[in-house]
Amino acid sequence: MSSAARLVAGRVPAAGGGPEPAGHPHGVRATARIHAAHNGRVTTLPQLRSDGPFHLRRMRTDGNAARVGIIGAMSAPLGGDRLTLDIAAEDRAELEVTTAAATLALRGPTTEAAIYDVRLTAGEHAHLRWLPQPLISAAGSNLRQTYTVELAATARFVLREEQLLGRADEEPGHLVSRILVHRAGRPLLDQHTAYGAPEPGWDGPAVLGGHRAVGQLLVVDPRLDVPRDPVLLGEGTKDGGAVLAPLEGGPALLATAVAPTSSALRELLDEAHAHALTH
Amino acid sequence: MSRAALLLLADGRFPAGGHAHSGGVEAAIAHKAVHDTDSLEAFCRGRLHTTGLTAAGLAAAAAAGYDPLLLDDAADARTPAPALRAVARRLGRQMMRAARATFPSAALEDLAVARPQGAHQPIVLGLAARAAGLAPVDAAHAAAYENIGGPATAAVRLLSLDPLDASGLLARLGPETDDVAQAAVDAATRALTEGLDALPSASSPLLDITAEQHAAWTVRLFAS
Repeated sequence: MSSAARLVAGRVPAAGGGPEPAGHPHGVRATARIHAAHNGRVTTLPQLRSDGPFHLRRMRTDGNAARVGIIGAMSAPLGGDRLTLDIAAEDRAELEVTTAAATLALRGPTTEAAIYDVRLTAGEHAHLRWLPQPLISAAGSNLRQTYTVELAATARFVLREEQLLGRADEEPGHLVSRILVHRAGRPLLDQHTAYGAPEPGWDGPAVLGGHRAVGQLLVVDPRLDVPRDPVLLGEGTKDGGAVLAPLEGGPALLATAVAPTSSALRELLDEAHAHALTH
Repeated sequence: MSRAALLLLADGRFPAGGHAHSGGVEAAIAHKAVHDTDSLEAFCRGRLHTTGLTAAGLAAAAAAGYDPLLLDDAADARTPAPALRAVARRLGRQMMRAARATFPSAALEDLAVARPQGAHQPIVLGLAARAAGLAPVDAAHAAAYENIGGPATAAVRLLSLDPLDASGLLARLGPETDDVAQAAVDAATRALTEGLDALPSASSPLLDITAEQHAAWTVRLFAS
């Protein structure tokens, strides 16, 4: 069993805590899997399993990395759905996963939450990049998203997460997210956010302050193991703002950004990414 | 338990250094996001349900006897902004000095030795509550209340608000403060069997961003 496979075995509670609601009888249950391995020369994809709304496509790449695009095969996640993406780069593999379009959370046949679990695992000397298009929380939707990330000590990792609260001129749905990252078995980052009614205070001056686009960029790289001062981007007022700063538990930088629009958010995160890559 | 011990721990006059910190409200006022009692109440509500819940969970777990060094790592993972980690440790060091003098215990001494630069403040608060014979729910209440009491008091000074209005909003947030403390205790109880990942990690993007902006100011009235 590879270290990546061992790391996959760890489980954490879903976002929101407490027992998970049972799936709606009409909800979709799907688990798609992408496993990348290194054969001594290049990265191969011994497992590429499409399921439910996730259609996986191997993409052209330069060099020794593997690239996989996720193409939405049906409207999801809807209330009552239980969706899982299991993405692993085993030792020395290099894998980049993207999505072809934004993920749109919509109201389903039930007011029950949709459950969307993304498990990301990177083994020793592996390099995993998760760079999806934004997640949109449409009016009336109810989504609980959980990222569970397990990284070996020498793994490199990039995660970009963008959330848009509501489509144009609509109130957002209810979006509860958790990101839990362990590196070498120790907690590196644990954050839980909850936006949209009925969450108390979510739109107030201590949480989003009226912004409708919020995102993060996490870069973990053993080569980053130097102290860095935080980098401030934007003004943090009406036009949005971001900070890029080192985490305590490892060679990792996290950018946190809020913005009025998705394009302003992407600009802030791209700028943060460029700073993070400057050694 | 001694109910008076809880009053002492939660008293703003307990010499633990909290008065020098605004809990992010100085930055929010500079951005004009907080400018009156209503916007201050919205600020406090958001803070209570995010970092307030997380701090209360750590305090309750420490009071329940969870390993404080593991809790300290968990607190780091829940505090991605370096400025807020530094503030939490500075406040933890000051709380430790006061707690060792008022509620001496072996657990406090051990933590002081293991974390000479200070452990995260809610963990020290939880250990002090435990040393005082208080329950985890008491520690959670003290942490949750302090989480909004600090910014409310700071805003009175920064905006020249009527202190009676600030007391009124803290009273209106009372039931929610109770709910947050209870949720924190429930999570701390689960953590004893399920592990640290069961503790709350509620977070706020704006508090993280504005804390770093505030730390870069050259002139400020409050340390955070």
